[in-house]
Amino acid sequence: MKNLGRYILFLISLFQRRERVKTYFSLIINECIKIGYDSLFIVCIVSIFMGAVTTLQTAFNLVGPLIPDYVISLVVRDMTLLELSPTIIAIVFAGKVGSNIAGELGTMRITEQIDALEVMGVNSSSYLVLPKIIASILMFPILVIISAFVAILGGYFAGSLSEVITGEDYIYGLRYEFNPFNIPFALIKAYVFAFIVSSISAFQGYYTSGGALEVGKSSTNAVTNSCIAILVADYILAQILL
Amino acid sequence: MIEIKNISKSFNDKQVLFDISGKFTKGRTNLIIGASGTGKSVLLKCMVGLLNPDTGKVLFDNRDFTSGNKQLLTEIRRDIGMLFQAGALFDSKNVEENIKFPLDILSDLTENDKIEKVNHCLKLVGLENINKKMPSEISGGMKKRVGIARAIVNDSKYLFCDEPNSGLDPVTAIKIDDLILELTKKLNTTTIVVTHDMNSVIEIGEYIIFLHNGKKLWEGDNKNILKSEIKELNKFVFSNKLMKKIK
Repeated sequence: MKNLGRYILFLISLFQRRERVKTYFSLIINECIKIGYDSLFIVCIVSIFMGAVTTLQTAFNLVGPLIPDYVISLVVRDMTLLELSPTIIAIVFAGKVGSNIAGELGTMRITEQIDALEVMGVNSSSYLVLPKIIASILMFPILVIISAFVAILGGYFAGSLSEVITGEDYIYGLRYEFNPFNIPFALIKAYVFAFIVSSISAFQGYYTSGGALEVGKSSTNAVTNSCIAILVADYILAQILL
Repeated sequence: MIEIKNISKSFNDKQVLFDISGKFTKGRTNLIIGASGTGKSVLLKCMVGLLNPDTGKVLFDNRDFTSGNKQLLTEIRRDIGMLFQAGALFDSKNVEENIKFPLDILSDLTENDKIEKVNHCLKLVGLENINKKMPSEISGGMKKRVGIARAIVNDSKYLFCDEPNSGLDPVTAIKIDDLILELTKKLNTTTIVVTHDMNSVIEIGEYIIFLHNGKKLWEGDNKNILKSEIKELNKFVFSNKLMKKIK
């Protein structure tokens, strides 16, 4: 409870004594590149295999004489949009971006760089953390959209190459009884997960004290806590929105 | 001038500062000395607002830094320049960006004026043509100089230095001491240096406070520190063979 209180106070402090908007603009652009563009490779790799494996496993479990082939891509589509792309990519995001945020802020803390900002009269939490959270909220939904596209594409290739489904059936299944609400649902999850990962990781890093060992611990805690929070939020959002 | 009045500070049950008072005047290098773990850095952190003292006041030219007035706090902080023990340069920025940082945040100068000011400060600290180097590419002594340049770039009225020559060789350490003294005179700043280095005490100690176990035991200057009768101070001052020979 004490940590939850500190976390809420930390979030409030992000909006106090803010610097000029101009200052944040370049910081947000830099963070967007670091958080979004630099994560693109790992997101694509994870997504393509995620889609491919989902296609093969669905085919292995579901297809029989009474079940049409296009069900495979229908399952891949819904699983990708509803769960795999937002949640699995959020966990990958926590591992890559979350640990990076915590490590960076933790190192800045133990090397007195955060103290230096405070002495200059800069609100260090707002200056360092707010751009990371905004950049995450801007970039993570884009990563989720790319991930969903690449995963479905991965499924198409895996299905075609292994001949478990034809290209035509796959595309037919993708279009069959599509519920458009799945897209906003995936994006809502993406916004929430982006906030969770960036804010929890920043909180862990910002309050690091000690030395290199503690920076490592902060990074680990950032990933662990973010993953737990993602799964809890995933359940709550599914309960509320579906 | 900076005045501290009855500063006390404790962490959990452990009291580390006991009722410390002192006056640090402008244009003079003021030293806070003492052995490791006596509360020097805690006192410095209380003075720059990184820690809140339990009791007491810190006055910057009669402006109460501990009043809780956030506007005043920000105003005073923008007059403060600080050199941290390891420099605390921002790893992601090069030397020029590090020094320019306070100007980017606090001033409305044009980019050309900022660069001009950065170069002027680099010249003042005896460094030139290293603008584009990253902190990882320069030596410890250079990092301290860049840290000093960053501390003075915003025309700071108050200069704080936390163990400015720790980890430096004796020649570079003396150069840093001389630089602090020179800048204090040239820029007329109120300079406070936390150190346990006796060379610094002798070189630049125009006003000295000696802390022992969180208490102020002595104040004076580098001329009369060697004549003190206080046992703890003598033990600190004459801890090495050279100083004992001098005695």
